[in-house]
Amino acid sequence: MRRFLLPLGIFIVLVGFLAVGLRLNPREVPSPFIGKPAPAFSVPQLHAAEHSIAPADMLGKVWLLNVWASWCVSCRQEHPVLMDLAARKLVPIVGLDYKDERAAGIAWLREHGDPYLLSAYDRDGRIGIDYGVYGVPETFVVDKAGVIRYKHIGPLTQKAVDEKIVPLVKELNGA
Amino acid sequence: MRNWFAAIFLTLAAAGVGAAEAVPAAADPVLEARVQKLAEELRCLVCQNQNLADSHAELAIDLKNQVREMLKQGKSDKEIADYMVQRYGDFVLYRPPVKTTTLLLWGGPFVLFAGGLGVLFFNLRRRRNVGAAPLSQAEHAAALRLLEEKKEGA
Repeated sequence: MRRFLLPLGIFIVLVGFLAVGLRLNPREVPSPFIGKPAPAFSVPQLHAAEHSIAPADMLGKVWLLNVWASWCVSCRQEHPVLMDLAARKLVPIVGLDYKDERAAGIAWLREHGDPYLLSAYDRDGRIGIDYGVYGVPETFVVDKAGVIRYKHIGPLTQKAVDEKIVPLVKELNGA
Repeated sequence: MRNWFAAIFLTLAAAGVGAAEAVPAAADPVLEARVQKLAEELRCLVCQNQNLADSHAELAIDLKNQVREMLKQGKSDKEIADYMVQRYGDFVLYRPPVKTTTLLLWGGPFVLFAGGLGVLFFNLRRRRNVGAAPLSQAEHAAALRLLEEKKEGA
């Protein structure tokens, strides 16, 4: 009887590892940017090509950087959540229109509503690479000092906004 | 039959040649080889079980272009790997670095192997000991008797 205990123990440990492993989401790559300054950029705005926008403009405010595109299907899914968040005026949301046609991006916002304070226009996806974006949409929370504090991968849900984004924004604003 | 095999083999070989990535004719082959080699070491973030060289995801193509550009600027392989890790974390490397957090990953197989060897060694030794246990007097007598019987029977 005793000789079966060891293999049984090993088996149970392996099942434990599997159970944990299956619950992990491999699509969520931990971002190396948490706790680091938001990478600098200066690009034309989506609506006004003659004006540029840079993260430095937002210093002193807690803000969200939401990466989106008119071709991105999941952006449609998260859009009502963003509209609702924008209407509550809790936190300014800056858009980053990623690898999009300017006209298509503008038309998309006109059709669905524009939750953004401004949108930066990242035609060739260079800023996306600098921010480690690998799937649109992605949302960064940036604090007053311009440091990235949180990254949400994939479409924002009401649950994620209520349980993570809003409390974090309030905490960062309080501090 | 043999011809069939040859035909199939040639078809497959030809298909393999066709599948190689088309490189602009004007491109520098030495540079392209380096891009290819680096791209094989980097994970595609979109299709995570592929490397950049194999992936046709748009991000993978962008990142390959980035690698090509950085090589043209004279950046070293290490600088390019660091650039990618800065943006996407260690996850982007197909060969994760040895750190405290990856010790189990690198050392685990060797620990398991050593453990297996240990169990094997222990078991073999125990089995040999069992075989070498001296016979009691009664057993010895019984063995002799059996041998005698065998001799008489033969």
